[in-house]
Amino acid sequence: MSSQQEQLPKDAAAAEGKVNVQINGKWYRFPKGTRIADACNSVGIHVPCFCYHPKLSVAGSCRMCLVEQGMPPRLAPGATPTYNDDGYQTIQWMPRAVVACANTVAENMGIRTDGTVCREARRAVLEFLLTNHPLDCPICDQAGECKLQEYTADYGQPSHRFTEAKIKKGKNISIGPRVNLDQERCVLCRRCVRFMKEIVGEEILGVVGRGGHNAIACFPGKTLDSNYSMNVVDICPVGAMTSKDFRFKMRVWFLKSTPTIDTNCGTGTNIFIWSREQQIYRITPRQNDAVNSCWMPDNHRLNYKYINSEKRILTPLVKTDVGAPQRPGAWEPTLRAVSEQLRRCNPKQTAIIVSARLTNEELYLAGNLAQLLGISQLDIVPRSGEPDGMLICADRNPNTTGAKLILDKDGRTLDDIRLGIKNGKIRHLIVIGEDVTAEAAIPESHLSKLDYLLVIDHSETATTRAADVVLPGVTFAEKYGTMVNITGRLQRLNKAIEPLGASRADWDILRSLLQGSGGDMSLLTARAQSPMEILDEIAAQFPAFKGVSWAAVGNSGIPITETGETIPLIEREQTKQ
Amino acid sequence: MTESTDAISALTVEHPSPGKKYYPPFQPTADLEKEAKEYVSMYPEGKELSAVLPIIHMIQGKFGYICPESMSWIAQQCKCTEIHVAGIVSFYPGIRTRCPGKWHIRVCHTIACALSGGEELIGYICEKLGIDPKELSGDEPMGISPDGLWSIEPVECLANCGFGPNLMVNDTLYSQMDKEKVDKLLAEYAEKA
Repeated sequence: MSSQQEQLPKDAAAAEGKVNVQINGKWYRFPKGTRIADACNSVGIHVPCFCYHPKLSVAGSCRMCLVEQGMPPRLAPGATPTYNDDGYQTIQWMPRAVVACANTVAENMGIRTDGTVCREARRAVLEFLLTNHPLDCPICDQAGECKLQEYTADYGQPSHRFTEAKIKKGKNISIGPRVNLDQERCVLCRRCVRFMKEIVGEEILGVVGRGGHNAIACFPGKTLDSNYSMNVVDICPVGAMTSKDFRFKMRVWFLKSTPTIDTNCGTGTNIFIWSREQQIYRITPRQNDAVNSCWMPDNHRLNYKYINSEKRILTPLVKTDVGAPQRPGAWEPTLRAVSEQLRRCNPKQTAIIVSARLTNEELYLAGNLAQLLGISQLDIVPRSGEPDGMLICADRNPNTTGAKLILDKDGRTLDDIRLGIKNGKIRHLIVIGEDVTAEAAIPESHLSKLDYLLVIDHSETATTRAADVVLPGVTFAEKYGTMVNITGRLQRLNKAIEPLGASRADWDILRSLLQGSGGDMSLLTARAQSPMEILDEIAAQFPAFKGVSWAAVGNSGIPITETGETIPLIEREQTKQ
Repeated sequence: MTESTDAISALTVEHPSPGKKYYPPFQPTADLEKEAKEYVSMYPEGKELSAVLPIIHMIQGKFGYICPESMSWIAQQCKCTEIHVAGIVSFYPGIRTRCPGKWHIRVCHTIACALSGGEELIGYICEKLGIDPKELSGDEPMGISPDGLWSIEPVECLANCGFGPNLMVNDTLYSQMDKEKVDKLLAEYAEKA
């Protein structure tokens, strides 16, 4: 009886397919086959690594993750194991340390990450790495987020015993259009080599030389020009790979990182926006195993320059008379004038073109505005391109799925609107977040025939130039909101910087228009103070969004609908596992 | 910027060598390709990479050294990238990127041979053949005589430690060498040429 009650921990763990592991004196349970490094990190015990990256094959070459390991002693023939009061066998510690990245946990294994063995091993590894490492830190872009710096502060030694001359290697080598290489700073973890080989499938980088002369290189004549090349900058633990775009622009510790999503295509890659004082300096991918793993394409990463560009419209612009130039106006009188004008427009002769780059909340408000004004002609502008078989999908709008769910529009009636404008049936047009002379193919000459053109957009375009009134909206970096990606995952946009100048978030502008246009919509919407509250309203109205809230979406998003679409890179990663 | 481009382009620099006149220049002929295919076929499918090393040896045997063009050719044969071949070539000291002389002398300077006089022999041979001993330092230590007939390379153990100092001329090992024996040996080989 009692033996059944007192089931040994090993049997209890085995029943769950797990093993018991003691880390720094405490017992934990991990699934069989977990790497020691992952196991330790998952319970908050940090194991320093240079070469190990969970998305790449294991190299085990940097030796930084050495930990002390022990197992129960091997039994003499015929002996039976003995268990202590807690049901564990005693651990016999091995005299030498093992690498935590290439070894997996086992039943009754002991790990120590804080003992003398471990400390001495890490100190020695760092001492070797630093023999040839240049004293570049004052001008190194990686300073502040450099693993070598961090680990040296944590586990290194204060003095230097190496008196020989350092080995010189290549510095400031342009190995691709967007990446520079410094061979001296390299710790030879080969993450970049493995990334290019295993994830991108182009073996551009390799290791040449031997011993202290080992260096990362590409073959002369070959360049690191893949559209995913800048990911090597992210995974490089030191400053060997640097981004040409970000080099020497800003010390990283001054930057604020905001978790948000990329809006260049329907994938909705999870990103961090790095900003300081209203200026965006760089974008890096943020891990989300359901969307983009740890990676992002270079062209999306670098498409942020328009946010702080000269082209931004920073005040409302109003054309006071036919043919008159646009003049800056104040918000309140402009909004009053616009609302008045919208009430006067014949809804049969009015159309709204919204962008599928808007958030769900903005699309919802735009839909409400159309309903309030009695406008039935409303559509989005579809935008497509070549998918790249990795992370860039054919749909170049970030929120097509959201537009379908909320407005039930997918761009199919855009042709009717275009025709209506051409033959003069549509006299009034509201454009939100689009340059309709581009993908929507409405020529400027047709726009000039309109009686009234209201445009909400963040930057100057041919459409805003033709507008009677321009209300300055913001870019994806300056507002909160949610979008649904091609796979049907609801994700959050977070505000990285405040709206520039006097511009206002698009949802805010639309809410003001709703408030000003009167009517008897009931109007939680008009009262909603934030996109979070608008999302609550959407959740109450649309079945797909049922039960959704800002907090529930979180920074990693939640799947809300099935679209049948998948992301090729994620598919590949999952089949590999 | 200049030093930077060097680090990469140094991988495919064609080094001048007076020894070139004694070796045919690398030509990717059909026969050569056939020979390479044979090596590749010795390994299972998908493991073509393994043939890189034997093919490098084959090329070095025929042409004296691994020239930049042959690196690209080897990569093609083994369905791998040039940087992989460059990595192997730059790793092994026994793989040369500079053409040796007709008679390539390898003198052991590992401890047993060095103590029994091997180290002095290197200087002696250099002087006799008009080779600048400074050439024996750096990434690829090898000195070539101005006429291209001779080259010398200090190497690690030739696996004959009991009978040092040892040296090899091309693939023939000579043991218990001293200055007189070296004089005789060089005269012998000079005649063969």
